[in-house]
Amino acid sequence: MNNVNKKLLDLLKQNARLSNAELAAMLGISEQEVTAGIKQLEQEGIIIGYAAIVNEEKADDNAVTAIIELKVTPFKDRGFDDLAHTIMQYDEVDTVFLLSGANDLSITITGTSLRKVALFVSERLAVLDGVLSTTTHFVLRRYKEKSHVFNEEHSDERSLVSP
Amino acid sequence: MIDYEKVIPQKIRDIQPSGIRKFFDIAQQVEGVISLSVGEPDFKTPWAARKEAINVLEKGRTAYTANAGLIQLRKEISLYLKNFIRTEYDPEGEIIVTVGGSEALDLAMRALVQPGDEVLVPEPSFVCYSPIVTVCGGTPVPIVMTEEDKFKLRADSLKAAITPRTKALILPFPNNPTGSIMRREELEKIAEVLRGTDIMVISDEIYSEMTYGGEKHVSIASLEGMQERTIVVNGFSKTYAMTGWRLGYCAGPRPVIKQMLKLHQYCIMSSPTVSQYAAITALTKCREDVDRMLEEYDMRRRLVVKGFNDMGLTCFEPEGAFYVFPCIKSTGMKSSEFCEKLIYSKKVAVVPGSAFGESGEGYVRVSYAYSVHHITTALERIREFVEELKK
Repeated sequence: MNNVNKKLLDLLKQNARLSNAELAAMLGISEQEVTAGIKQLEQEGIIIGYAAIVNEEKADDNAVTAIIELKVTPFKDRGFDDLAHTIMQYDEVDTVFLLSGANDLSITITGTSLRKVALFVSERLAVLDGVLSTTTHFVLRRYKEKSHVFNEEHSDERSLVSP
Repeated sequence: MIDYEKVIPQKIRDIQPSGIRKFFDIAQQVEGVISLSVGEPDFKTPWAARKEAINVLEKGRTAYTANAGLIQLRKEISLYLKNFIRTEYDPEGEIIVTVGGSEALDLAMRALVQPGDEVLVPEPSFVCYSPIVTVCGGTPVPIVMTEEDKFKLRADSLKAAITPRTKALILPFPNNPTGSIMRREELEKIAEVLRGTDIMVISDEIYSEMTYGGEKHVSIASLEGMQERTIVVNGFSKTYAMTGWRLGYCAGPRPVIKQMLKLHQYCIMSSPTVSQYAAITALTKCREDVDRMLEEYDMRRRLVVKGFNDMGLTCFEPEGAFYVFPCIKSTGMKSSEFCEKLIYSKKVAVVPGSAFGESGEGYVRVSYAYSVHHITTALERIREFVEELKK
């Protein structure tokens, strides 16, 4: 990756809403170069999407997020991919990762209630072929996500105005 | 009852509180203000320096140091100045570690200025110079710098301000609040005026690492014949994001430093020990952190300049520090009025340029020591404010 694209990626990872004109000003390059750089990053599949980082607690009081760790039996030849692909299809599922260590797959899901999440695990996940066991961790509080800090108003300890 | 009017000298009572202070009081009353008004980095001190401070505390190194500061630190400062401003200072006798750059300025002024002396203060500039001169019994003489000259000090303005009473010139570059800097050839013209005089230069170089584009910072001390008449003031606050550690230094000719050290001994003893150890680490192990911060400042600088120019508040391109100084004359308002209305209607705090001297009238100081997200949010609100004014 060239240096400009690397810097573009850094900036977009922090804030994907910066306009091309703003990005161009910050990097000291033309808007055309920014447009071309982003297009290339998208075409190469380096940038796969743009999404808001949401404080779910504020957006929906009942929203529940859970991290579910699965132990699974890998299938011959296809490893863990088949199962991961099956799980990916569910709309409730936010992330699917293959892990090293004691558990194999880690899944994040967000549901509208505790009960719905629990039912999803027991009725959809636990019953899948190859799933040996599930461990569900409910998220109690979010402090930081994708380097963005929740409830940031308390984080700047500097005086409002100083010489 | 005691009569404080009689107890406190007129000279002290006459000193005006900083215009920044007044604006701070306003900003505090308004709920939910987002600020572009601070004069300190938003970054945390590099971890290596913080860790060294923890380490030093664990070892119980909590005693006074030598008056002039730890010799290891003075050696590192000497090495830094040799590399950075190409000027050599003896760690023994030509460098004092001070409580922030502020103390160094105070020491320099108290060591030099006596009643009847004039001290030249180019403005707009940082708020402390003139009050210190006044306390010393001297007379501050402002030299106006203008946007037409990119807020640089002109040699002819300097020449015109010099009288037989002129004791010293403050040279505040890179400049707070304008972000202007003095390039080598511009400093050369200033030096030309001063060579052969008995005028001392107090060169406040606290933002010296923060210059953007082209040549790095040049100190007037490095120009021919100028080291003997220059006191360089610098510190750790801005470069290493160490404002709260209160650590700066000065370097200058031995006879002056000797006198300044006496004042320092009597009023401070020695600068904070833990901070001094952390500063050694900052100088020796934190270059990468500094470079990362500088790159980030530069990006924000361009973003903010573009933001103001786009909304029609013309903004000359600052080449140093972390401030931009857009012109608000097109709104027809005084800077203090502009800032008050902005804070009440859009809850954004910026500092009136007039707080930095009369020649700052018509401008506002905007700090970009904030995250990009914070900056874009604030700029958007200022844009709305300016749009609404046009209606």
